[in-house]
Amino acid sequence: MNEAVKRLKCGLVTENPTFVQMLGMCPTMAVTTSAINGIGMGLTTTVILILSNMMISALRKVIPDKVRIPAYIVIVASFVTIVQFLLEGFVPSLYDSLGIYIPLIVVNCIILGRAESYASKNNVILSMFDGIGMGLGFTVGLTSIGIFREIFGNGSIFGKTIMPESYQPVSILILAPGAFFVLSCLVAVQNKVRLNKLKKAGEAISVCEREDGCASCTNTLCMGKSFTVEGVMGIKEKPDKKMTVGDAVKNKSKNDSDKEV
Amino acid sequence: MELFLIAIGACLVNNVVLSQFLGLCPFIGVSKKVDTAAGMGGAVIFVVTIASAITNLIYTHVLEKLNITYLQTIVFILVIAALVQFVEMFLKKMVPSLYKALGVYLPLITTNCAVLGVALLNVQKSYGFVASVINGFGTAVGFTIAIVIMAGIREKIEYNDIPESFKGTPIVLLTAGLMAMAFFGFSGLIK
Repeated sequence: MNEAVKRLKCGLVTENPTFVQMLGMCPTMAVTTSAINGIGMGLTTTVILILSNMMISALRKVIPDKVRIPAYIVIVASFVTIVQFLLEGFVPSLYDSLGIYIPLIVVNCIILGRAESYASKNNVILSMFDGIGMGLGFTVGLTSIGIFREIFGNGSIFGKTIMPESYQPVSILILAPGAFFVLSCLVAVQNKVRLNKLKKAGEAISVCEREDGCASCTNTLCMGKSFTVEGVMGIKEKPDKKMTVGDAVKNKSKNDSDKEV
Repeated sequence: MELFLIAIGACLVNNVVLSQFLGLCPFIGVSKKVDTAAGMGGAVIFVVTIASAITNLIYTHVLEKLNITYLQTIVFILVIAALVQFVEMFLKKMVPSLYKALGVYLPLITTNCAVLGVALLNVQKSYGFVASVINGFGTAVGFTIAIVIMAGIREKIEYNDIPESFKGTPIVLLTAGLMAMAFFGFSGLIK
């Protein structure tokens, strides 16, 4: 039970996918134009994350190591399809406003990252809690960014106007450039926190558990400040040349020398 | 004329990175130098165009015939992953010079959500075969334009005095935001 609580805390705070790990930035920027969209996207991803984590954990001894990434993708894509149908049937307004970003949850690196680094190594119950924690962490991240953009960009929160009438909304914030500005400030704040920590410690703290360091990391937004993101996209041994995505990721990390460290 | 409008719309008006936020990872990761950015852009043009053609054919001739269009997400992602691998093998064997030019960037593309995004958008807008290919090509050209401009700007930014905590990704994102504002200027082009 203790371990389960730890997983929840890990997802919500210490390894928060939005604020700490900076994963899944495409949906983060695209759907946070309002708080309600953020919450919808977050909860949709949470449901898929819980289901896929449980399924992958249950099948972890059946799936051969060589084809595990394609297998994970098929599992995630199936759940995404199911959830997409449910949304279309029961919450059509959310389905319309999220649009193409629902099927694109398949390529959200949070889900594959959790599958690879947690669900494939732990039992079903713990994986479920990991999914809940990470999913809720993502939801909190999306919702708070959504609330921020909606308040200042539209003067409202969850669709209700709260700002006084004299307030001129900064409508750029709910348009595409606003997403870049908000995210930029978010990363800058994160950098600031990290720099302060470094100054306090007087030396470089390495908290990333990736054995080969940042050189092979696929998370371009992390830049060495991530906490325990071991094997986010599968950096383990990948022996088979035929494998598609896994191999690609491996090559990607090998070749991406252009990355910032 | 309609095809031309689709291409312009995909390339400039609804720029894939700056207004749809697809393919952000390579946009930030591989935009440090103009040549690498152009290489990445070339690889994306190549793969996205082929992927739009193939996913369109599969959609109309397999999924629709069998009445299983709801499987599109699963089928598309697998097709794209296999396709990238196949294109890489094919180029390595048949066109080594092109492979050398694109090689490094090809595997990066499978994880690029723009490819799947374009395939899904083609279906959503019910484009025919030609329109799909044009839309895919236009989108990829839009990506290339954005990433090459960004690389050019970043080469200049390197010599600027930036606040410590804005160095690296934050300044890139800020620049992208300004570029997105500039690209709003195109929004009147197509009604």
